Amino acid sequence: MSARLSRPLVATLALGIVLGIVALDLATAGAPDLFTAPSAIALGSGAAPTGAHCSGN
Amino acid sequence: MILRRASVLLVALGFALFAFVMAGPRAGLLVLIGLGFGLVLEGMRFGFAGPWRMIVTDRDGRGLIAQLIAIALVAAVAFPLLAANSTELVPAHAPVGFAMILGAFVFGAMMQLVMGCGSGTLVNAGSGNLVGLIALAGFIGGSFAGTLHLDWWTALGALPVLSLQGMLGPDLGLVATLIGLALVAGLTLARAAPGKRMPPRRLWLAAALIAALALANLVIAGQPWGIVYGLGLWGAKIAQAGGADLGATAFWAAEANATRLASSILTDVTSLTNIGLLIGAFAVMRWRTDPGAQTQALTATSYAAVLAAALILGYSARLAFGCNVGAFFSGISTGSLHGWVWLLAAFAGSTLGLRLRPILLRPTSTQGAYA
Repeated sequence: MSARLSRPLVATLALGIVLGIVALDLATAGAPDLFTAPSAIALGSGAAPTGAHCSGN
Repeated sequence: MILRRASVLLVALGFALFAFVMAGPRAGLLVLIGLGFGLVLEGMRFGFAGPWRMIVTDRDGRGLIAQLIAIALVAAVAFPLLAANSTELVPAHAPVGFAMILGAFVFGAMMQLVMGCGSGTLVNAGSGNLVGLIALAGFIGGSFAGTLHLDWWTALGALPVLSLQGMLGPDLGLVATLIGLALVAGLTLARAAPGKRMPPRRLWLAAALIAALALANLVIAGQPWGIVYGLGLWGAKIAQAGGADLGATAFWAAEANATRLASSILTDVTSLTNIGLLIGAFAVMRWRTDPGAQTQALTATSYAAVLAAALILGYSARLAFGCNVGAFFSGISTGSLHGWVWLLAAFAGSTLGLRLRPILLRPTSTQGAYA
């Protein structure tokens, strides 16, 4: 099976899956609200970070 | 070839621009950081799971020493940065507990079966490795499944969140972290064979670049580099699109996670760097004149074993509060005690995984076990 699935083909599949998830998400959750977008850099923004991390419970 | 390389640049920079336009400048910058991670990890062959295997099987400590250098570089900057900006920047601190230790042990074993940790799975899939693609699908499913049971697992018992800066203060905490890393480096050097101790120039440079990118991640996102949360979120998004009511689960009902679930992926820090990382690895593979041969074909049973191992890999990463990146790299470099415990448990699991590998992964040819 792997002989027929070249690296470029498999990589394109992986990229397609991830971009497909992004597209599915945009279709269901909608586009982000740019007016509530955080400042470009957290450090110096004066705002607490709002992202979630693997170490969070 | 020029057309191919132009299309690679278009994909890589195009997604960063897309994120910038759709979700703002921070999103665009985080995709660029992810791209950087992918370029360095794939282009300079800086890895996590591979060096953990090499120190055991080949007595080659060069990759592991490079990891420790990168962590030390990040810690030297992150400790004072976090201490001076505690309202804007957060560390990767998590509690040590039964489930966390078990999760790290199992994660270590499974990452040797799928031949990649959190970042390694993204790099492998993005660079066209078939095992990596299967592992990515399993990791997404497993890390999502882990969120559904995390409250049960953590109820088995855990210590409060403990950090070195919390116990010793930021200065002594940093010193203790650097001493700890030096001790691990000493053990690595003692185990490594002559000629396989000091990293080559490529790995020194890669370690410095990874550290710079990790610090940029901390400064721009306000939190350290992570992988697992984004993959679990992708699984949750797919489940939700399929009609699952995740609001009934403890993890996704929690305010921070509910917000992430209701918001676009393009606003999630770890998703953005994950996507950038995968595209970065894709770009390196497509940029090369020869993309390289596909990994050795395995039996159908072995591919099924890879998928099962990847599901467990993702599940255990959620229990362990992170993978090699979120727990080991970011945990230790920002002072979390759980990062050190993760290292011990995952390394023990990794040695078990190395023993399971030739049993579970069998090539279709008769040339021996999967290399």
